[in-house]
Amino acid sequence: MHTIASNKLAQLFILLKKQGYAVIAPALRDAAIIYDEVETPSDLPVGWTDAQSPGSYRLKKREDDAYFGYAVGPHSWKKVVLPPRMKLWAARREEKGFTISDTTEAPRKLALIGVRACELYAMAIQDTVFIKGDYVDPFYKAQREKLFIVAVNCAQAAETCFCVSMKTGPKAETAYDLALTEVIENKRHYFVAEAGSRRGAAVLAALSTAIARPAEKTAARQVIRKTAASIKRTLDTDGLKTLLYENLAHPRWNDVAERCLTCGNCTMVCPTCFCTTVEEITDLTGDHSEHWRRWDSCFTMDFSFIHGEGSVRSSNKSRYRQWMTHKLASWHDQFGSSGCVGCGRCITWCPPGIDITEEVKAIRKNPA
Amino acid sequence: MPAPPRNPPAGATSPYLPYPAEIVEKRLESRGVYTFRLRFLDEVRHKNYDFRPGQFNMLYIFGVGEVAISIVSDPEIGETLDHTVRIVGNVTEALNRLDVGDVIGIRGPYGSAWPLEAAKGKDVIILTGGLGCAPVVSVINYITARRDDYGALKIFHGVKTPKDLLYRERIRAWQKDARTEVYLTVDHPDHAWQYSVGIVTNLFTQIQLDLSNSIVMMCGPGIMMHHAVRDLCSRGMRMDQLYVSLERNMKCALGFCGHCQMGPNFLCKEGPIFRYDRIRHWFETPAI
Ligand code: SF4
Ligand code: SF4
Ligand code: FES
Repeated sequence: MHTIASNKLAQLFILLKKQGYAVIAPALRDAAIIYDEVETPSDLPVGWTDAQSPGSYRLKKREDDAYFGYAVGPHSWKKVVLPPRMKLWAARREEKGFTISDTTEAPRKLALIGVRACELYAMAIQDTVFIKGDYVDPFYKAQREKLFIVAVNCAQAAETCFCVSMKTGPKAETAYDLALTEVIENKRHYFVAEAGSRRGAAVLAALSTAIARPAEKTAARQVIRKTAASIKRTLDTDGLKTLLYENLAHPRWNDVAERCLTCGNCTMVCPTCFCTTVEEITDLTGDHSEHWRRWDSCFTMDFSFIHGEGSVRSSNKSRYRQWMTHKLASWHDQFGSSGCVGCGRCITWCPPGIDITEEVKAIRKNPA
Repeated sequence: MPAPPRNPPAGATSPYLPYPAEIVEKRLESRGVYTFRLRFLDEVRHKNYDFRPGQFNMLYIFGVGEVAISIVSDPEIGETLDHTVRIVGNVTEALNRLDVGDVIGIRGPYGSAWPLEAAKGKDVIILTGGLGCAPVVSVINYITARRDDYGALKIFHGVKTPKDLLYRERIRAWQKDARTEVYLTVDHPDHAWQYSVGIVTNLFTQIQLDLSNSIVMMCGPGIMMHHAVRDLCSRGMRMDQLYVSLERNMKCALGFCGHCQMGPNFLCKEGPIFRYDRIRHWFETPAI
């Protein structure tokens, strides 16, 4: 383990750029912290934090100059490997029929800075969907292999976070290249850095660092411990799959259906939600056609539409139930893990503030 | 049983790409239902194309989009590749505007297959209703072409009106085989109708079913299948002798788009054909 002085963080950005990476990191845009391309650490939301609660997100000034003193915002890294809109292929009319060309774009070298523990889990979960199944999504896989991941252990959780229950955080434990813990104490401001790959170790070796002293390591551990202790929201996952499978007719689904607007915000912000639909776009000559994929949501009526029969899930109730049981129950059967990492985004960005952990508690209290 | 084939093999190339194929025959089966015989433009692809009855392809219509359609031809007759399509929705409507000589795209095959190995030596009961019976036609064709491998073949087919009856010609051909019985029923008969009237399950009471040695394969409206399952089970049939072909919205057929889910099952992967005991919990939950 090494320490990096806070004023040396810029070196990391410079080095990664020199290695050909574009740097994507948290940045302030339109009153929220999102993920965007940045140049230097000063582009980060330095000294800002986010106050989150069910249905509410506000930025606030911090009392220090922390670079990473906030939790996750409305963006997630899925947009990097699973772009919101992407052209899959194009067709051109020929004398006899048409030809199809693969338009899968070449991936860029991207350094993701500030990836949280729960987000690493979310990425691993999507890997299972797009790389480890019967078929491989070519762009997802190629882009995934071109990522340099700088994880940041959380020093500040949101009120909506419940990673501790989901065993996904707040300390980064799955594959990363570098992991940083930001420490601000006694007028000192530094990062304790740990390499998680050979590439990461090489980058770390090229920066001005010092070997971390025991007191500094302890300070970093303390930061994570304090964060974990601050997380009050819980989700009891014990037997959850069976509980939900056995409660598909629970009256609570009617109750939540009255509150849910079926806006689909929860699915858009969720870092594991992977559903998409396709669109066919033709040009004016009618000789070219493009096949595009875009994010979709199980909250739309169209999602389950069958010609000649209508929507399978025509009620709010059936759509909310589909979303929640998929996340917390059927995901286990499909992909061998929960589909929820406890990031809390769906709670914060739900206009009426529906809280997935509360919905589970309500069913657990009174199961069928 | 070996896993049904997949095209293209994992990792070979982008699994999203359709391959051009020519319409070599278009045949009217019944009101709004056509069978399209297709041939890949690439001869090698056509020759190597493999599938099992019950599997489906994604058909692409230039400038319009893709739709999942089950394959009805015999996998061992390499020459033919037939798809029976009900014209409903914009992609099938666009397909219907095409004719012999026009080119569409194919990718596949996808999904699970009918249990034709497990059914060898047994009586096969086929149950179809409404207009969605294309998936079972593949099975009927397969068995009639290998008649000695199977016991009795009993086909039950129920539709709303005589006009909706699919495959009139084929039905006549099936009826010619001594060990094949075809039972037809409609909800609303016309004066020329000479078969039964009422729901398909009513027909069960009229005939002898060797339940212990039978496999049932069914496809049709949910209501019909619910009734049929209840009826057959009350007659002593086990749920693991029943197979159903189900339908869902499908955008990718690759397990990526999420549209085809029914509980933990992706219909494009684990389905569209399920042994009933394995899908029961979900099939019996409304709007799942
Ligand atoms: S379901 Fe909600 S808390 Fe769980 S991973 Fe998705 S957005 Fe985060
Ligand atoms: S749970 Fe909330 S965010 Fe999700 S669809 Fe319903 S109202 Fe929208
Ligand atoms: S059709 Fe896309 S996941 Fe099954």
